[in-house]
Amino acid sequence: MFYREAGQFKTSYASDQAVFPILQDRIGVFIILAIAFVVIPLTGNDFIINAVMIPFLVFSLAAIGLNLLTGYTGQLSLGTGAFMGVGAYACYKLTTIYPGVNIIIWVIASGFFAAAVGAVFGLPSLRIKGFYLAIATLAAQFFLEWCFIRIPWLYNYNVSAAIEVPQRELFGIIVTGPRASAETRYYIVLSIVVVMTWMASNLMHGRIGRMWMAVRDMDIAAELMGIRLLPTKLLAFAISSFYCGVSGALMVFLWYGGAESAVFNINQSFTILFMIIIGGLGSLLGSFLGAALIYILPIILRFVPPQLGIPLHAATIEHITFMTIGALIVFFLIAEPAGLARLWQIGKQKLRVWPFPY
Amino acid sequence: MKARQLFVGIACAGLVATAVFASKAEAQGIYVPLLTYRTGPYANSGIPIANGMHDYLTMLNERDGGIGGVKLNVEECETGYDTKKGVECWESLKGKNPAVVNPYSTGITLQIIPKAAVDKIPILSMAYGLSASAVGEKFPWIFNPPTTYWDGMSMIMRYIGGKEGGLDKLKGKTVGFIFLESGYGREPLPLLQQFAKDYGFTVKEYSVAGKEMQDQSAQWLAVRRDRPEWMIMWGWGAMNPTAIKRAAENGFTMDRFIGIWWSGSDDDGRGGGAAAKGYLALNINGLGSNYPAIQDIKKYVVDKGKSQVEKDKFAENFYNRGVYNSVLVAEAIRNAQKLSGKKVVVGEDVRRGLETLHITDARWKELGFPNFAAPITGVNCTDHNGHGPAYMTQWDGAKWVKVSDWIHPIKEKVRPLLQEAADEYATKTTGWPKRTEACDKAS
Repeated sequence: MFYREAGQFKTSYASDQAVFPILQDRIGVFIILAIAFVVIPLTGNDFIINAVMIPFLVFSLAAIGLNLLTGYTGQLSLGTGAFMGVGAYACYKLTTIYPGVNIIIWVIASGFFAAAVGAVFGLPSLRIKGFYLAIATLAAQFFLEWCFIRIPWLYNYNVSAAIEVPQRELFGIIVTGPRASAETRYYIVLSIVVVMTWMASNLMHGRIGRMWMAVRDMDIAAELMGIRLLPTKLLAFAISSFYCGVSGALMVFLWYGGAESAVFNINQSFTILFMIIIGGLGSLLGSFLGAALIYILPIILRFVPPQLGIPLHAATIEHITFMTIGALIVFFLIAEPAGLARLWQIGKQKLRVWPFPY
Repeated sequence: MKARQLFVGIACAGLVATAVFASKAEAQGIYVPLLTYRTGPYANSGIPIANGMHDYLTMLNERDGGIGGVKLNVEECETGYDTKKGVECWESLKGKNPAVVNPYSTGITLQIIPKAAVDKIPILSMAYGLSASAVGEKFPWIFNPPTTYWDGMSMIMRYIGGKEGGLDKLKGKTVGFIFLESGYGREPLPLLQQFAKDYGFTVKEYSVAGKEMQDQSAQWLAVRRDRPEWMIMWGWGAMNPTAIKRAAENGFTMDRFIGIWWSGSDDDGRGGGAAAKGYLALNINGLGSNYPAIQDIKKYVVDKGKSQVEKDKFAENFYNRGVYNSVLVAEAIRNAQKLSGKKVVVGEDVRRGLETLHITDARWKELGFPNFAAPITGVNCTDHNGHGPAYMTQWDGAKWVKVSDWIHPIKEKVRPLLQEAADEYATKTTGWPKRTEACDKAS
């Protein structure tokens, strides 16, 4: 009833091929953006912004990065955590060597370092596929993690082997370091994530995205159609790692404020992989939904028993949260193996015909 | 799934979420958050400490009605030794006026050090964390008494020197150092290398990454090849019992294997079985339950079922370590009440209380802990550590036994390194604030 495109006529090819062809979708996206840009900073306290929203956006960006590679191009990767680390360490080195340069530029630039590293580790993808490729990227994960702790130059010979985020200003406003306000950091992360999501969406609707999807669906057929596999796959690795690198730099500079190499371990890679599997492979929306389910839901669950007045020990709550999340993952995957994004699509379909589903 | 169900689900989730975030827990009394970990791969080390910290503060509530007549509102936040969750805990507790935060993880401590001065919450990282944070001029909000890792390393060297008949006897010999591959494990390395240079011995490093800490066969194979005279360990969690087991399997002489104070829990010794007999570890707190205050904990907390500790694990070494930590917290709160004249103290007052922390032998006795720990007399505005002594304990196959007197650190070697590291930290972190906090005289 409310969600129906009847009467919305397309009069040009451009409007017919738009990312959001339906008016209600455009309104929905606008409302979400308005909430993200206006409502949350106005109403949210430090906890919501610092411990919920910023991490959620950072993880979403990393999930988009992995989704470009795994969901759209079909190349399984277990090196996400390490590629995020490359971004973080690159950004740290860049800003300590050239402290005068705008930090946002370094955050974006660090993505290029991650892209280069990602492309190198993507080289085996031409010869090996599926699980075997996953093992090859696992090598990247372990090798890079080893580098983060064994090459003291990377963390400027810090005794604790940690990278500490220096304070940086932008137009007189402190944007990194402990004295930066949560709102400032939130706006920067949000802007970068929105712009990069928009870019990813355009990429996916264009020639490159179609090339990737052709490779994913059947690489021999894609080759016969004239798609060169090596450049296509390497491009996917590079762009995916670029996204992961930027999200790693954002993670350390605008969320943690400092990190040791353990942050970028194999668990991080698995977490991001779970996010895209549950959110939906090959869907940008899925990246956000997956990040929300895996990251935000445990935080909410942790608050439920104390709010209901059930006296439970912190550790017990942790165990229950663990089990609940596990059960939810199983439930969602049984209900819809293609992920939350597909669930949303089905819901949308039902909404269109509601209340007369004939 | 039906659209309606989806809607109802989303609506419910939204309701819960708003209810959760809208209401703020009303804190009464002095809020003392404890970052603990009873889950995850480090839980075997974390559980006894969490119990010890929790139970002493509960005992004060039960026996004395809190501190200075104000109840302590003790709340645990589970971190699982995970830095992410630790930072999350910090964000969720900072709005509730915490008196002091105990992170109990070097990784988490490193993350929250820069936040402490901004949020005006002192951090007590008791004998862990960033060694350089002992320099009070640079880190007014961070405290790590009674001693640092670098002091610990110098004490171990002093002990080895005593056994060898002088450190210069080590010339040409090999000392092995096995450590958890993390900031914590790496921290004493510069000092050990300095010692090696000064006394002409070789250091062999064996690093153990978190994922292989329950295996370690490669490291101990290398130990067997290198045949070091002494082994020193900086381990945590599941790494400790495994290392002790592997050392025994490889026929390493156990009384030449020394751990830092975090590698000496009862579970660590037990994990090695009978073969672990002879293993040495530094210690900073008294052993056993033979102290009036520990008996009070038993009477007021454990016997009343208000503790999570298993009966047979009560007053084990790490439990007492947790109690020690809480004694420092309680003393700091007491000092803060005296200095500020307020009953319900918050972070800013407790920072002053920690800076005037002064526990003499007589005071330890008064608190019900005669000869429990070395007096803490060295903490002041410039020195947030005190560089106190520790003593050596040995595993006799069933329990820890004290085998040495107080060993004092080689301060003249440690302090310059500390100062240098602190300066470096502050200069590298542009915009590191200058100390503006005034200094109180110790009462």
